[in-house]
Parts: sequence; C-alpha cells; structure tokens
Amino acid sequence: MRIRTLAVGLLVGGLTLTTLTACGKEGTPASPGSGDQNGSSAAALPTYPVATGVDLAGSPVFAKMKAAGALTVGAKDDQPGLGQKDPTTGKFEGFDIEIARLVSAGLGFDPSKITFRTVDSGAREQTIANGDVNYYVGTYSITDKRKALVSFAGPYFLAGQDLLVRKDDTSITGKDTLKGKKVCSVTGSTPIQKVRQDNLTEPGNIVEFQKYSQCVEKLLSKDVDAVTTDDAILKGYAAQDPDNLKVVGQTFSTEKYGIGLNKDDKVLRDKVNEILQKALDDGTWDKIYAATLGKSGSPAKKPTLEKY
Amino acid sequence: MNVLLDNLDLFGPFFLRTIELFVLSAVGSLIWGTILAMLRVSPVPVFRAVGTAYVTIARNTPLTLVFAFFVFAYPLLDIVKVDYFPAAVIALTVYTSAFICEVVRSGINTVPVGQAEAGRALGLTFGQILGQVVLPQALRSVVPPLISTLIALLKNTTIAAGFSVAEAGAIRSYLSERGENQLVGLLWVALGFIILVAVLSFVQRSLEKRWSVAR
Repeated sequence: MRIRTLAVGLLVGGLTLTTLTACGKEGTPASPGSGDQNGSSAAALPTYPVATGVDLAGSPVFAKMKAAGALTVGAKDDQPGLGQKDPTTGKFEGFDIEIARLVSAGLGFDPSKITFRTVDSGAREQTIANGDVNYYVGTYSITDKRKALVSFAGPYFLAGQDLLVRKDDTSITGKDTLKGKKVCSVTGSTPIQKVRQDNLTEPGNIVEFQKYSQCVEKLLSKDVDAVTTDDAILKGYAAQDPDNLKVVGQTFSTEKYGIGLNKDDKVLRDKVNEILQKALDDGTWDKIYAATLGKSGSPAKKPTLEKY
Repeated sequence: MNVLLDNLDLFGPFFLRTIELFVLSAVGSLIWGTILAMLRVSPVPVFRAVGTAYVTIARNTPLTLVFAFFVFAYPLLDIVKVDYFPAAVIALTVYTSAFICEVVRSGINTVPVGQAEAGRALGLTFGQILGQVVLPQALRSVVPPLISTLIALLKNTTIAAGFSVAEAGAIRSYLSERGENQLVGLLWVALGFIILVAVLSFVQRSLEKRWSVAR
C-alpha cells in the first residue's frame, strides 16, 4: 500500500516536473536563430591583417596576453547584430565581436585566438579590474563615472536610447507618448533608470528583466508595449523580426560605445585607439558595419575618437 | 558611505519592497505550509498523496524555475492576469511552503501519540485534535528551524529582481549603471540583510523563551 502510494506520488511528481521544465524552457527565450544572418548575402565580413612585431612596453595587460599567447575578450551573447552567440555552433558574431577581432589583429594576435567570455552588464567593471578579460567590447557606454573605474578606448560606435514597439502600434511615437504604456528594459539599465527618473511612464508600468530577449518576448505577447534601450540593440531585434517589430526612430540620448580596458593601462588604450582610428580611416569600419548592423537598413553615424 | 547616501533613492524603496515581499510570502507560506502539513498527516490517503506530491515537486524545483514559470509560462495559459509583484509573492509562497510543511510535520512528530489518543478518547474530531492539541505543541517545538526557513525565504526574495520586482537584489545592477563602486554597494546591501536577519533572530529568541515546552 505504502509502496503503491509512493509510486503514484513519484509518477505524478515526475510528470508535473516534466511539464514544469518544459514550461520553463518555453519561458526562457530561445536565442533567435541567426542562420540567414551570416548567409552569403550582400556584404561579407572583412578580414583583418594580423600585425607583426607589436611591442607595448609598460602595458601589464599586453604582457599578460603575450605570455598567454591568447586573448580573453568580454562580450554580450544575446544582442543580435552586435554581440550574439550562435546557439548551435557556439560562435560569437556581430558588430562588437568584429571590433574585438579587429583590435586583436592590430595587437598582433590572430582573431581565432580569442576566447569570448559573456559578461553581463552588472559585472563589467569588476571583471575588467580583476583581469578576467583583457578587454571588453559589448555595448559599453562611456560615462564619466565609469571612467573612474575602468578606462575606455573609442568610442567605436554612436547609439541613442530609442523604443522598440509592435509593428501595428501607432500610439507610441516617441518618449513623450509612453504615459500609461508598459515599458520594459534590463534590470537597472541606464535606459530604464532614465524612464524612472524622468517619469516617462508610471512606476507600476516599468518592467525589468535580466535580458532584452525576455523583454522582446513579452513585447510580442503584448504583456508590455515598448522595449527601450540603445537603438543599435533594438535595430538588431527589429531586423530579426521585421514583420512584427519596428524601432520608433526618435532617439532621446547619446550613447558612445567604448572598449573597456584596465584603468591603469594608458599604453594599451593609446594602441587600441590607434587601431580604431586606422579602421575608421581606411574603410574597414564601414565594411564591418555593412556586414552586421547595416543589414537593418539604417545608415551609420561614424564616431570621432576621444583620446584622453 | 557616499555610495549609500548618494543612492538613498535606491536603498530606501528597494529594501522596503524586499520587506513587503518577505512579509507577504512569509504569511502566505506559514498558512499554506501548515495546511500542507495537515494534509500530510491526515487519515485520508488521497490528502496524504496530494501533500506528498506537492512537497516533492515544490522542494525539488529550483526557485528560479518556479519564478520563470509564473512570469513567462503562466501568462501564456491566459487564465487570470497576475502582475509581477503578486507573481513573485506566489512563486516564493509556492516554494517556501513546501519547506515550512516539512518543518511543521517534524514538529507534529515530536508530539507523543498518547496526546492524540487521549484527544480521541475524549471524543474530539481529527480537526480539533490537530488544531487544539497537536499543532500548538508542534509549532512551539520547531521555532528555530521555522525561523531558519524564513531567513532563507528573506534571502530568496532577491531572485525577484530578475523578474521585474525592484527590490534589494536589483540594487547592484542599478549601482553598476550609475558607475558606483559595486563592491561597496554590495557591502551596504549585505549590511541591510544582516539587520533584517538580526530582527528575525531576535523574534526567534524571544519566541523560544516564551514558548519553551516543559517536558
């Protein structure tokens, strides 16, 4: 009797657990397929000539790379068009990833030697300071406060806060039309803090998840009305699902993406700036853009480097 | 100190949310957990089976998964719309009550069988025996593990940060975007939790003193 009860209990438990897990899987957004993104279409990715004889005296981070003979680069893995990990091959792709490869080639390391490590926004400063990554390329906005903790090369890209909405939604045209709408972004991110501080919508309408992809999923299921963050990130999602999503196109901030570097390594920073400047001048930057974010159809704004 | 003072707009309301979340789900799990324990010791086999199945499932499912279910999967079922804060309270209650149930059940086991038999001899029903004889004694003897479970619940509330509830667990991400020193920020968050846990420990000690059962 007791054994039978136990067996039945376990069976029921097992079944329900399976359902639960399945639901959990359904809930966790699958990384959007990117099979056709890196297809043979129009613009191909440029290759980067590996520099030889690079020697940066006085750069501890470079010395570490040299000793290891390989690079660890921090990046994001869930931003289509910028930094995304292909779930089937495990390869990283996107604009930020190409910039990381460009820099590694300029430093004299073959880009295939890069190990990309996913670092979430909240852990960036600490990861860079600890030396867990040699440098970080992942939609990292240059701000004065951050400059106190890490140093930045670049900017290598200019973005601005914008809104992603459902294609058939005409009621949201800009930041002043958000009242009464549910707005989603990543927990604690600068865009959602701006929404909160500027009172763009009621506090009860602010939704925060750990990943943008979760917000996009909620946008498609109509649980939220807008996803807000930098237009570059949003364009990536819109390009993936142009039938259902669109970017409003009224930016209301300027974000300058920089490469995060160890604070005490001016030598390396100058070198990375030099590499970026060269890519901006000789057209490599345009080729990278055309092969990645450019696919969304929007033109690029070329940044001007801030050397300090 | 600056990290705390410059960001009081975070620490204040966010910790308040943590406390709200904790109090609501603590009350919820104490009630639901006790009901579950009653199910598990009831003389009706079906009730026992239901109680056992619930505890087995809820106790073995990672809390994040429970949260993900209520926030991402449940809305797809299109039953009743639940906002994120209530969803967090439900998720925490569903999970914690399984632990509370087992604590209460172990308390029930400490009450000598003779007590229940004496009750039955007096003609009390099962409900009366449980409610008036067994449970009061059972709860008294399990104060420390009960509070431990509640402390675990308090710390588990931080998971809600990833599911759109702005509580203490979200402070770190906010500080990071503001470019504050996160290590210092985390120390302040930790201090906040130490204070909250200290309150719970105090409650535990005074309850233990007042309720100590003479055996």
